[in-house]
Amino acid sequence: MSTVSVPAERPPLLRRLVGFNLLTAVILAAVGYYAGWWLGHQITAPSLAYFADTSQDDVALFLAYTLGVVGFLVGIGLLNYPVSRMLGRPSSIHDLKEHQRTSWTRYISLCTDHKVVGLQYLIGIGFFIFLGGVNAMLIRFELLRPNPVFPPGQYLTLVGLHGTMMMGMMTSGILGPFGSYFLPLMIGSRRLAFPRLEALTFWLLMAGGVVLMSTVFYGGFPTGWTGYAPLNDQANMGMDAYIAFFALVGISMTLLAFNMLATVFTMRAPGLTWGRLPIFVWSIVATAGLNVLAAPVLVTTLTMVALDRTAQTGFFLSTQGGSQFLYENLFWFFGHPEVYILAIPGFGILLELLPVFARKPLWGYRLGVAGMLGVALMSFFVWQHHLFVSGINADLRPFYMLSTELISLPTGFIFLCALGTLWRGKIRYDVPMLFCLGWIFNFLIGGLSGVFLSDVPSDVTTHGSFFSMAHFHYTIVGGLIFTFFAAVYYWLPKMTAVELNQRLGKIHFWIMFISFNSTFAPLFAIGFLGQPRRVATYPSNLQFLNDWASVSAFVLGFSILIFLANLIWSLVIVRHPAEENPWHSKSLEWQVPTPVPSYDFERIPVIDSDPYPYGVERPPPAPIPAITPAGR
Amino acid sequence: MVLTAVASLVAVPLVVFVLGPHLPPGKGTDQAAGQVTDNTVLTAVMTPFVCFILVFLAYSMIFFRRRGSEIEEGAAIRGNPRAQTAWIVITSATVLFFAGYGTWALLQSGSGGGQGHDPMSVPSGPKLAVQVIAQQWQFSYRYPSYGGLETSQLMLPANRLIELHVTSLDAVHSFWAYGLGVKADATLGADNVVFVNTRAPRPFDIHCAELCGLFHGYMFDKGGVVDASTFAAWIAKQREVFQAVARYMPAYATTYAPDPQRRAG
Repeated sequence: MSTVSVPAERPPLLRRLVGFNLLTAVILAAVGYYAGWWLGHQITAPSLAYFADTSQDDVALFLAYTLGVVGFLVGIGLLNYPVSRMLGRPSSIHDLKEHQRTSWTRYISLCTDHKVVGLQYLIGIGFFIFLGGVNAMLIRFELLRPNPVFPPGQYLTLVGLHGTMMMGMMTSGILGPFGSYFLPLMIGSRRLAFPRLEALTFWLLMAGGVVLMSTVFYGGFPTGWTGYAPLNDQANMGMDAYIAFFALVGISMTLLAFNMLATVFTMRAPGLTWGRLPIFVWSIVATAGLNVLAAPVLVTTLTMVALDRTAQTGFFLSTQGGSQFLYENLFWFFGHPEVYILAIPGFGILLELLPVFARKPLWGYRLGVAGMLGVALMSFFVWQHHLFVSGINADLRPFYMLSTELISLPTGFIFLCALGTLWRGKIRYDVPMLFCLGWIFNFLIGGLSGVFLSDVPSDVTTHGSFFSMAHFHYTIVGGLIFTFFAAVYYWLPKMTAVELNQRLGKIHFWIMFISFNSTFAPLFAIGFLGQPRRVATYPSNLQFLNDWASVSAFVLGFSILIFLANLIWSLVIVRHPAEENPWHSKSLEWQVPTPVPSYDFERIPVIDSDPYPYGVERPPPAPIPAITPAGR
Repeated sequence: MVLTAVASLVAVPLVVFVLGPHLPPGKGTDQAAGQVTDNTVLTAVMTPFVCFILVFLAYSMIFFRRRGSEIEEGAAIRGNPRAQTAWIVITSATVLFFAGYGTWALLQSGSGGGQGHDPMSVPSGPKLAVQVIAQQWQFSYRYPSYGGLETSQLMLPANRLIELHVTSLDAVHSFWAYGLGVKADATLGADNVVFVNTRAPRPFDIHCAELCGLFHGYMFDKGGVVDASTFAAWIAKQREVFQAVARYMPAYATTYAPDPQRRAG
């Protein structure tokens, strides 16, 4: 770090846009897409004759998606480094030229700076989640009336797009933005273990998002986010977008997780023992462990579905010797860890932020770590509770009932740690803290409603109904999304060096908290009263509750607009510089200057204390005299 | 702790006596009534936990809030082994109780859930077999004890033990007879057995509870539990109505293998 570089002269804007960036990526993606489409149509085989009759050509579409994504990655510049190494150029962790590393164009280029990738993730994922949220508004619009408004295919596509987009994008919703940005800062490293891989995961995810949206040009898909066989084989070409999207997400998740694990294992600062690791880093470790074990199963399963649809195999078709139950098992073997991939980073943020705003050390650090690792481990042994009434393995149901109920133990640890941290603290109600307290309330309801789904007799009524839908929205929106916003309000001042408006933040929180509960609490009742999930029609006696939920959902959507308005107001219009450490946090990531310099740390820190040195040590309170018969 | 105890003492009886009778899915069959009891027990046991956490949260938020604008440090407490142990013991005991109780309830009569072709909990007594065939996008029903008669409506005799066989001709569906407390997935090539002990005559709603394609939301139906003489008359009527098409029907079987699916285009 001793060499002082002279800032290079910045070339004109047009010159800066020429080269490898988003523009070239989009162009090459289009080229790749049409090349694949053309190539696919050249392939003929007797077994594919059927496609020709129906103008359905899944082979062509899969090739188009594959070559399109490859073109996109080449265009963004992912091959530049391997090629230049093959040509004998020296190795470097940078793909961008010196002058590009400080230009805004690095945000639309392949940048290996983890801080840039973190912000790219936040914006990119935020965009697609916004689209998913718009779909949710349209779904609630449809359910204002007992009779359908949208054509049935369109409605199911909305449902599928909402579920798939949210599930796919939010898997990296915390690890992507906040993991990429803050993991190195929290463990005293200057970078992630594989910076180029980090950039690849982001651009893969973005390519995936576009692929999924392209389903609307191919008729949409009717399967929801679960994509059950044999409906996934029967569906039109829009289904291919779902398959390609989720496979890309799976690859991106796996690579991201390997990167995070390698970073935590090998790049911790001197003195940062496992027992001193911030709890948020532990949550990343637990989540990444789930990612590397669960996501490949998803990719494999979807490859098999793609083969069923193109090469005419019959993995999941019982008419051809396959089994739908195989799909259900493989999907949920990924699908259940998936929901913990969404939930555990939320636990991490909650326990990371509570000590800062309660001004206390984290209560029960080891219990919290055990909770996260316990949830992660046990989540691989519960998947068949999605199949309690499916007619498979009836004898295994008591085991899965037990394992599913056992997983509430480590989840309970998180609650105990949270409550213990609040006890005798000096609580400040800043916006991030409000969202964390919201988590405690929401996740309590979400978690306990899950007990009804883990118990076979009560699952008979609740399975596949609005009850289960309300349950996981309580855990994912009420849990993950609330902590996501806590993280945004907490860390964005560090990431952008600009302060967010606190008053708008509080308005956002209160509207969101009330409207969220007002939306999803009635849905428990709707499910209990017998409304199945993913329907466009329902009995007219449920209209009042549905209308209540819909109107509340629109208010919930409005609260997100307040948040966006806050972002634009604070980041674009006012631009009030943020303090170095507005929350008086003592953790490592707040000790670096704002804005964070590109090299992160001037000098790698040496860690000699636990991560939460808050609170004042007091002499133990005088023992209360015990009143016993003997008088002692 | 006292506050929690008081709150629980108020809330638990409310749950059991006020909310309990209204919990789904009603007491139309033995299985449905069992689910109501199960739901009531689960809710009642969880209520003290809700009271504890909410009371604790509210207490902390009110009494440990910072007064004034200065940053003040809280007490440096890093844990409490006794509280941690107590929490682990109490939650473990509750969870094991839930699992044990759920298993016990399940073994009584299968709780109205689909049990596959080889059921685990089989109630004793003479059974009337009825087949439910799901296809995109309707249910039809066959009565093997009446010559494999196929009808478009589900009628069941009152106070009988019914053995439902659920299967599908295409996508995965789920046969959800809400008032019967029955839910069983319908899968192509698989036989999913459910037992249900009907009680007094009453109508019930039927929905498909597994996303099965375009008209999933329109796949609902009404069925009825009727007394024995009405049932016999209804069966006779159905035989007469469907006589003309009966000879085109495939022989009764637990599963059917239709022609492979064709895509809609």
